[in-house]
Amino acid sequence: MLQILGQNILNALQLGSVYALIALGYTMVYGILTLINFAHGDIFMVGAYLSLAAAAFLLGLHLGLPAVVVFVGAMCFSMVLTALLGVTIERLAYRPLRQAPRVSAVITALGVGLFLENFTLGLLGPEPRHFPTLISVGAWEIAGLTITPLQILIILGAAVLMVLLDLLVGHTLLGMAMRAISYNRQIVPLMGVPVDRVISLTFAIGSAIAAAGGLMYGLAYPVLDPYMGVRIGWWAFIAAVVGGIGNIRGAMLGGFILGAVEIFTPMILPSSTYRDFVAFSLLLLLLVFKPTGLLGRPIFERV
Amino acid sequence: MSNIPLLAVTDLWIAYERINAVRGVSFAVGEGEIVTLIGANGAGKTTILRAISGLLPAARGSITFAGEDLLRLPAHLRTQGGIAHVPEGRGIFGNLTVLENLRLAAYARTDAGIAHDLEEVLELFPRLAERRQQWGNTLSGGEQQMLAVGRALMSRGRLLLLDEPSMGLAPMLVREIFRVIQRLNRQGATILLVEQNAHLALEVAHRAYILETGEISLFGPSCELKHHPRVREAYLGG
Ligand SMILES: Nc1ncnc2c1ncn2[C@@H]1O[C@H](COP(=O)(O)OP(=O)(O)OP(=O)(O)O)[C@@H](O)[C@H]1O
Ligand SMILES: [Mg+2]
Repeated sequence: MLQILGQNILNALQLGSVYALIALGYTMVYGILTLINFAHGDIFMVGAYLSLAAAAFLLGLHLGLPAVVVFVGAMCFSMVLTALLGVTIERLAYRPLRQAPRVSAVITALGVGLFLENFTLGLLGPEPRHFPTLISVGAWEIAGLTITPLQILIILGAAVLMVLLDLLVGHTLLGMAMRAISYNRQIVPLMGVPVDRVISLTFAIGSAIAAAGGLMYGLAYPVLDPYMGVRIGWWAFIAAVVGGIGNIRGAMLGGFILGAVEIFTPMILPSSTYRDFVAFSLLLLLLVFKPTGLLGRPIFERV
Repeated sequence: MSNIPLLAVTDLWIAYERINAVRGVSFAVGEGEIVTLIGANGAGKTTILRAISGLLPAARGSITFAGEDLLRLPAHLRTQGGIAHVPEGRGIFGNLTVLENLRLAAYARTDAGIAHDLEEVLELFPRLAERRQQWGNTLSGGEQQMLAVGRALMSRGRLLLLDEPSMGLAPMLVREIFRVIQRLNRQGATILLVEQNAHLALEVAHRAYILETGEISLFGPSCELKHHPRVREAYLGG
């Protein structure tokens, strides 16, 4: 029993890492623009497909490249291209609407999401794609738990990205500019800060992190389809809200909570079909009792 | 005063939706001067400063800074060019510490003098030095005003636009802020000071313009305006 629990905690950490990486993108964009970027789940999906393409290409060269090289190569490729996608979306779809009513931007975000889904569908067809196996090393048995190198890679990789982002926001000039924009955007130009460029960089970073999440998701759950971003995007969005949208550490915490909800629900309730019910109930309860989320303040705060 | 003014505003019109808040205003600020713009609530003082720093577009007219046309530049480039706007309400970032607020104001600077300037600002305002690690939103009004002026110095402003620095401050703090303003001016800063408090503004400024509902009604050296019957009646309490 204890072993099953331990095993599931590991699984929850792994899934939670992916949710947390995606939740960060929602929270960064919300923090800086008070815009919910409903296309973000689909940006994650594109990131997953780009990782797949890069990994398949590198493996197809038959050079016998070590798994680490393929992993890093795929990660860099998809992070860079997905960052460009995020920047382009902001530039073309959101920036012209910055002064428009909030509803217009939200509807546009939903439209961009639909566009990405259908574009991928048109390009690749509806059949699921299989993510190549990069790391086939067997599992370790530790204290009765089965731990795979992949699990370690995902959990540690996500942790490294999150620590880096936390340092960036808390301790760099760019991070100061992001926080200042989230506090009072109107006067930030008076500090000599090019606000549009900082917003572009925010989209780039959020999208790149989602792409890293896409690669990790593909490695752990190796079936991709064009609609994968919808459900996972919603879960990551709930994670961001649960943690306190606009709050970086809140998004990380929310990601792990949602990972736990997904893994533990089938253990407690008779079927995994209840997991959405549990997740949304959690969201509703939280919005009633603590509308700003667990760590929430509406701006991205450092503490 | 040199022949070309540091700041020249000519026939400036500014509109919010269809209300003309500023209508054909012209004035100049020479290098090394303190010039004050005095006006009642809603006269258009803040609106003019926002147009100079680029937060608002001008509908008509021209603004030049050191001979260069400002209206084509986005706001952040005007700041980088030496215009430091201390906005109404101070605009301190509450989720940044005192040091971070100061550092952010030097965002675009690449010179080696940032650390040195930071030391100078903290020397000028010892109270900021004591509170350097505190969040901006924990500062008192007076401390926020000092921080706002400190940020203007960190951006290496040649021209300081100060929007009602005395607002909401206790008389003692107001005098302290004005002493700093005069000191900065002696060290070479040019200052455009917007005030409702005409007493103090006329005390420190070399020249003054009186703004009434978006138009300039009177101007001249402060020492003359102080004795002008209309100024005495409307702004100095008779
Ligand atoms: N954002 C806005 N939208 C519409 N009208 C505005 C806006 N801001 C200011 N106004 C109007 O423009 C006019 C000038 O306002 P402004 O804030 O420049 O006055 P001010 O001289 O700074 O006043 P105060 O001493 O109260 O700060 C006022 O009639 C004001 O109502
Ligand atoms: Mg004003």
